[in-house]
Amino acid sequence: MGMKEQKTVGTVLKYVVLIAVGIVMVYPLLWMIGATFKTNNEMFAGAGFIPANPTLDGWKDAMKNYGGDLNIWTSMINTYKYVIPKVIFTVLSATITAYGFGRFNFKGKGILFALMLSMLFLPQVVLNVPQYIMYNKFGWIDSPWYAPIVMPALFATESYFVFMLVQFMRNIPRDLDEAAAIDGCNSWQTLTKIIMPMLKPAMVSAALFQFMWSSNDFMGPLLYVTTQSRKPAALFVKLSMDADTGFAWNRVLAVSLISIAPSLIVFFCAQNQFIDGVTAGAVKG
Amino acid sequence: MGNQGYQTAPAGALPRRKGKFAKFVEQNIGFIYIIPWIIGFLVFKVYPFGSSLVYSFTDFNLFKGIKEVGVMNYVDIFTDKKITTALITTVKYAFMTVPLKLIAALFIAYILNFKIKCLNLFRTAYYIPSILGGSVAIAVLWKALFRDEGLINTMLGYIGIQGPSWLSDTSYAIWIICLLRIWQFGSAMVLFLAALKGVPVDLYEAATIDGAGKWRQFFTITIPLITPVIFYNLITQIVQAFQEFNGPYIITQGGPRNSTTLVAMLVYNYGFKLNEMGMASAIAWVMFIAVGILSVLAFISQKYWVYYSD
Repeated sequence: MGMKEQKTVGTVLKYVVLIAVGIVMVYPLLWMIGATFKTNNEMFAGAGFIPANPTLDGWKDAMKNYGGDLNIWTSMINTYKYVIPKVIFTVLSATITAYGFGRFNFKGKGILFALMLSMLFLPQVVLNVPQYIMYNKFGWIDSPWYAPIVMPALFATESYFVFMLVQFMRNIPRDLDEAAAIDGCNSWQTLTKIIMPMLKPAMVSAALFQFMWSSNDFMGPLLYVTTQSRKPAALFVKLSMDADTGFAWNRVLAVSLISIAPSLIVFFCAQNQFIDGVTAGAVKG
Repeated sequence: MGNQGYQTAPAGALPRRKGKFAKFVEQNIGFIYIIPWIIGFLVFKVYPFGSSLVYSFTDFNLFKGIKEVGVMNYVDIFTDKKITTALITTVKYAFMTVPLKLIAALFIAYILNFKIKCLNLFRTAYYIPSILGGSVAIAVLWKALFRDEGLINTMLGYIGIQGPSWLSDTSYAIWIICLLRIWQFGSAMVLFLAALKGVPVDLYEAATIDGAGKWRQFFTITIPLITPVIFYNLITQIVQAFQEFNGPYIITQGGPRNSTTLVAMLVYNYGFKLNEMGMASAIAWVMFIAVGILSVLAFISQKYWVYYSD
């Protein structure tokens, strides 16, 4: 085999691998979409994802509730009642904290920054029980505004975002801050008028990640939301699964699909920001 | 400017006479910006972390309070077979998923780094599971795929294989839970891809002239240059693997016969189902120490294998 043939074989092989792995990654989701339009008899009769006799039964059933005052739509609204404040609070508090760490020197900064980063290694599981006890004392359990989920976001408690924003901030030239100071901006004005506009792509990335993570969060609502009508989509999907698994898969899968649809749409609209955001923390700096 | 906030540089623009306090504020303005974080750190991290250690030496129950103090929880942890099994299962889970996930991520990133057409399309396809994989919806989907009459067994049926009961067989169930995590290799892959793109092309050219083959180049140039990213991925994946909860809780409820009960689930069961919060705290602490030891080992090992260019 000559060099040229060898190279062609290599290229073909690469595409074969990429496409095969791509199918493993995407097919389950495609199948899921198709399955919501299948009858329950057809569901597992074949491996194709296009329904033979498309039906809307799964979707119609997905709109019904399970005897309580909660259905997929009210649970979706509940989800975004805490996701949206959490996203906004996280981005603002993480930006301010990153500004403090990234742009100034003060006593103890090294130690505090190390402590902040060390929180990346503190598993949430260790904190669940004592936090629950603490929130219980605060009277936050089952709060109508989801205090245990929303409040920590006000205080930049997720080090990942602070770190990510510090890394991005490093690429904004310090000359700009100095020029702003000479023009009479105080440090807060420098942050809001100079840094924030330049940091916008990173702030958008942070917002997108927090949106995904807090929409997917299951443990938080499981612990802190007990009133049926306040439960978010993550809990509703679990409820639906427990009630219907074994006989109404099209309904369960339709409920599941609706619950992740906003995340999917956001991802497709902003995939480049995700990639930029995920690479910022580890590769630069 | 030394140790001061550098905002003090254009001092002429500021009012001339300042009190001691104003001066102090000015010099430590950076500290003021991190005050919210410090409050959050103390209230939501340090205090719970510390109190969890205290609770772990008690039989704290949310309704009954504390009746007994001592090391009994820790004794139980290492003598109760159910708990030791969960600890071992969790370590196994981490050691199965982390390397496989990283190898898959690096392998695919390596292929994508050749001049591949439709790079963005592939990258998107591989990344989607990472975005959605942690959700309840995907755990439900996983159950649909691996149930006895699920999609996987239907496919196996086409080639004449009678698939096993993946989720109710103790030898398979944990692998299905592992697979859900390995399937989410996209985020690690994106990092590897960015790192691979940063490897200077002239290094490969020089190596080719010296007669080094592709494999040799991969192990002597590529791998050493991306070790910082391998290290970052390794650490973050270990910490995450030890916390896995959704997969086993939703797909197998920890079964069959506790073969998929991971530590996070055990903490949940003790703390929030049985209300034995002292015991739950002790289990969480044992896990924290395990993760801590692994992280410290990884950090120590760094100097032997991680190559920092600057």
